[in-house]
Amino acid sequence: MRLLGAAALLAALSAAVNAAPSATVAASAIGGEVFAPKLSDYRFFADAPAQRPAAGVTPYRIQTPLWSDGAEKLRFVYVPPGQKARAQGDGLLDLPVGSALVKTFKMNGRLIETRVLLHRAEGWVGLPYLWNAEQTEARLVLAGARLTLTGPGGQAIDYAVPNKNQCKECHASGGAVTPIGPKARNLAAEWLTAFRKAGRLDKVPAVSRRVPLWEDRAKVPVADAARGWLDANCAHCHKPDGAASNSGLYLGWDVTDRAALGINKRPVAAGRGSGTFAFDVVPGDPDHSILAYRLASLEGGVAMPELGRASVDPAGLAIVRAWITMMR
Amino acid sequence: MRMPALMIAAASALALAAPAFAKTIEVAAGEGAQARLQEALILAKPGDAVQLGAGRFVLTDGLSLDVKGVTLRGAGMDATVLDFSGQKGAGEGLLVTAPEVTLRDFAIENTRGDGIKSKGADNIVYYRLRVTWTGGPKETNGAYGIYPVQSTGVLVDGCKVSGASDAGIYVGQSKAITLRFNYVEQSVAGIEIENSRDALVTGNLVTRNTGGILVFDLPNLPVMGGGNTVVESNLVIDNDTPNFAPKGNIVAGVPRGTGVMVMANEGVKVIGNTLTNHATAQVMVVAYPKPFTDPRYNPYPRSISLGYNTYVGGGNAPDFPGGAQLAKAFGGTLPPVMWDGLGGAQALLPSADVKVLNLNLPAQGAGPDQAKPTVLEFASPPMIVVPGNVGAPAALEARIAR
Repeated sequence: MRLLGAAALLAALSAAVNAAPSATVAASAIGGEVFAPKLSDYRFFADAPAQRPAAGVTPYRIQTPLWSDGAEKLRFVYVPPGQKARAQGDGLLDLPVGSALVKTFKMNGRLIETRVLLHRAEGWVGLPYLWNAEQTEARLVLAGARLTLTGPGGQAIDYAVPNKNQCKECHASGGAVTPIGPKARNLAAEWLTAFRKAGRLDKVPAVSRRVPLWEDRAKVPVADAARGWLDANCAHCHKPDGAASNSGLYLGWDVTDRAALGINKRPVAAGRGSGTFAFDVVPGDPDHSILAYRLASLEGGVAMPELGRASVDPAGLAIVRAWITMMR
Repeated sequence: MRMPALMIAAASALALAAPAFAKTIEVAAGEGAQARLQEALILAKPGDAVQLGAGRFVLTDGLSLDVKGVTLRGAGMDATVLDFSGQKGAGEGLLVTAPEVTLRDFAIENTRGDGIKSKGADNIVYYRLRVTWTGGPKETNGAYGIYPVQSTGVLVDGCKVSGASDAGIYVGQSKAITLRFNYVEQSVAGIEIENSRDALVTGNLVTRNTGGILVFDLPNLPVMGGGNTVVESNLVIDNDTPNFAPKGNIVAGVPRGTGVMVMANEGVKVIGNTLTNHATAQVMVVAYPKPFTDPRYNPYPRSISLGYNTYVGGGNAPDFPGGAQLAKAFGGTLPPVMWDGLGGAQALLPSADVKVLNLNLPAQGAGPDQAKPTVLEFASPPMIVVPGNVGAPAALEARIAR
């Protein structure tokens, strides 16, 4: 706690000089053993309310992102000074211990929550921070939170901030916490090149098949857009070492086995999530495909993904339905 | 959003040297139970106990525990109730993802999805828990009451489950399992062992479900090849509830009035059970009936041995198309054991005097309309095939030594 107190003091000092460009990230908050009570303790931002990052903190986007009730998401990556991320083919960038990923959720212009993934010596740790009403600070909510928000379409949303364990439910690979988003195949070639030029990445990885940009979904083959969406929205659990491994339904970008993709595959433990249908995906028939049924549901125990949404992603549902419709 | 006192205390403890003794974190029912309980489950250290007070914990979201060796204990299955009637999110009431966890002496009510799920959580003990959907059997109830999956070392002892729209107690893709002294009622399946090995199901009372005890092996799953399982000395009584499983699920095909059902699997022993009044079959042994393409999967029952069981009534109203005519053809009552006739000479190995109705289906996937039923009598039964070691490791039992 003494350490954190000092960190908070330093944060206050840097705020006092109004976020000089020399503001540096608090390595002690990332690498320590405690959970920093405030987002400002990390000093990820030169101006946090404006989401202007501190020196060494790099914004990024992913090609096709996870839908989160239509929230705008601002992503940042921090690699400690003197170190580099390592490219691993088209997979996840290997970020060294001391690195952090920061993701802020904005809805209708207001900051809602900021989630941090910290690479500590013992592994990655995910923590959720909830912004205050004044939009000046975000505080740790280990147990998560429920908020009533107005979504981008004007509808009321019973928004869930995940608890620390729920962070892991999605961010788990073989029982260990891991990042999901920054895979080379889901990052723009231009961004990777710039990241390497900035000295933050050892080399620009070769990517044979890049996930299409979500905004380009009308211009690319439907299957590519749909599989990109499934990869981002489902495959963090629906993979052989993920939280939904026992389902045998695997929706990653690289999966080619038709049964694993749910095609004419019966559900295992779906319960009423089956919607009375016999198969996950019936080629040509989204109306009888459990996959489309669960994406379109808002009911606990039926709705998929289980975490991270309280509304239906209309564009995501449409592209998955189109993919099933054209399937033979 | 104050920093909760509990968190400050735990964080301070962490900043000092590692604590020498496991501690007990007490959580009372009442205002803010969701956050207080979830925080306790996050901040617990290996070996700690989280003690729930008596009373009703009103919860809005699923809980989760991801710390090895923690005991979550209430004041009794009727005294401490985790009430999920107002649940908004998450798939289950409680999710456990760490090994060596003990859950005991509390109840879970009215979850939207499953009651308690443990996944990849080796050596878990469920002891004297109650999982109830209080509105009785309904399709809108959660699927499984107690749901350990992909784990080695599972002990479920003295639990009570009612109202699950799939299986009251379901163990999937696991090994070294003991289910004993449990009471499951008003669910579609009472107990289901699926794609698992080395299970001992004993001393349970399963009644007023659609089917009593199911031992299944299914295709297209990461873990297949179920078997080496013993179903012994259970009371399987009057499982006559109409099937209320949502269609599309495998148990939706379980006929009303099924006592013990074995589908596919290798090496299952059914012995010493009392089976009463199952209108379709007291014991049913069948191949997986649906089309499949998985080359790793064997759809047939192999070495399913039937020891002495006590059969009372039953076989009088088989719940499948043509069932009424079939019963009539056999004088109104079918023999206690029904076999689809698939799997060859070693499929069924009765070791006691019992009559078996052989449906003589021509091939895997054939419907009951293609049955050419005959009765088999095993007057001098072959030697029983005894499965290898079954059951949970002894250390799990020691954890709940009375």
